Amino acid sequence: MSDTRAKYQKVAYYPGCALEGTAHSYNRSTQAVGKALGLDLVEVKNWNCCGAMEVKNIDPKLQTYLSSRVMSIAASEMKMDVVMAPCNGCYHNLKKAEYDLAHDPDSAEVVDRLSKKAGHATYAAGQVETIHALDWIKHGIGEDGLRKRLRGSLKGLKVANYYGCMYTRPRHIFPEKDQGPGSESTSKPHYMDDLLAVAGADNVEFPLKTACCGGAHTLSDSDTSTRLVLNLLRAAEASGAEVIATECPTCHSGLEMHQVRAEKKFGQATRVKIVYFTQLLGLALGLSPKQVGVHENISDSIGFFKEKGIA
Amino acid sequence: MRPLAEIEQRIESLAAQAAPGGDELAAELLALGEEVLEHWVAAKGLEPTCETREGFRLLALHRQGCTNEPSFNACRETCRELVYHYNLVTLDPQHPETAWRLRMMTLVANHLYLFVAGKMQVRGLGDFCCASRPLRQDAVPDSA
Repeated sequence: MSDTRAKYQKVAYYPGCALEGTAHSYNRSTQAVGKALGLDLVEVKNWNCCGAMEVKNIDPKLQTYLSSRVMSIAASEMKMDVVMAPCNGCYHNLKKAEYDLAHDPDSAEVVDRLSKKAGHATYAAGQVETIHALDWIKHGIGEDGLRKRLRGSLKGLKVANYYGCMYTRPRHIFPEKDQGPGSESTSKPHYMDDLLAVAGADNVEFPLKTACCGGAHTLSDSDTSTRLVLNLLRAAEASGAEVIATECPTCHSGLEMHQVRAEKKFGQATRVKIVYFTQLLGLALGLSPKQVGVHENISDSIGFFKEKGIA
Repeated sequence: MRPLAEIEQRIESLAAQAAPGGDELAAELLALGEEVLEHWVAAKGLEPTCETREGFRLLALHRQGCTNEPSFNACRETCRELVYHYNLVTLDPQHPETAWRLRMMTLVANHLYLFVAGKMQVRGLGDFCCASRPLRQDAVPDSA
């Protein structure tokens, strides 16, 4: 077993706030898939907000501190080497904090001051490795390991894999990406494609994999978000996809909600289903739709999966 | 420069056409993408470049539009997909998938238009997430 694979067998799990709310199905399916694959998740104790978008936009150093606290608890209190964050926003923010602490002495000073004030150990860059759920499965179990554990198949299911923006941008906070064969690409990400292909999915060519969904402006400028989402949905359907797989709670809820809004506001109906990649993997691993939280998504796709013979 | 509304109408009318001509449509969609970026560059007070990058003005305009504006990278791959589809269509116009490729190219061009037009209204579009830059950079308070 490689060092990376061994390290990913048991990781600190940072679900973040979205996975306790609108993305509960992502939380449920991530944990269920981990269990089915024999990978251990230990939830970060007393975790806090990563600073998400709201704090970051007012005071980026405060966001760096908030994310560093999560990593500090994992490293100093839980003695873990790896933090796994399935939410693209959390993953992005922890990676950004890691970068800031390694390259910006001002950020390190603020984090040290606030950590002392809060009474916990100051996180130092490099104490833990932050990974995404895609890294966790891709390197923790691998394609061959996944193949051995399949109990079903996604055969015949046409999937457009949509990664969104925060998984790959800005490039400089993801030094492990773009490192040649086997590593993730920031311009053409493929980990989700790789895993779902092993599970039997027929991945379609989708040219808007990392395009903006307008997620951050869904409340302040809903029409722009709806138009961007509608274009993504139309592109997925034109690609032949029946399902869009996501690994981002912001994208997922945006796509689902604006799919409904596009029909109501612009009379543009689309039929493509939007699900988390962990839900698809779970179904291929023999879990039921309920075990992976398909019933918790906005659109009802249980009937669709039954028709396809997947559930 | 045509107004953005006219560009939008043109993209919509192209999207509604069934399997229109190959080379010409690909060239028009690429030019529409350039026009969209010209609007963004001009709105920043710059003269839109006539240079090319990797053989394409679209990519040079995108690079110009990113200056001091990292969130504009959110449409970098969309620009590159537009170029990729242009190459696919023009290098092999008789390919059986040409009509489908043009359909996808139209949707990619539309996404570029929607993103840039959205940013022209709400400059912060894309600032929240992928650029990792605060919206109120000029007024960042001291941390507690």
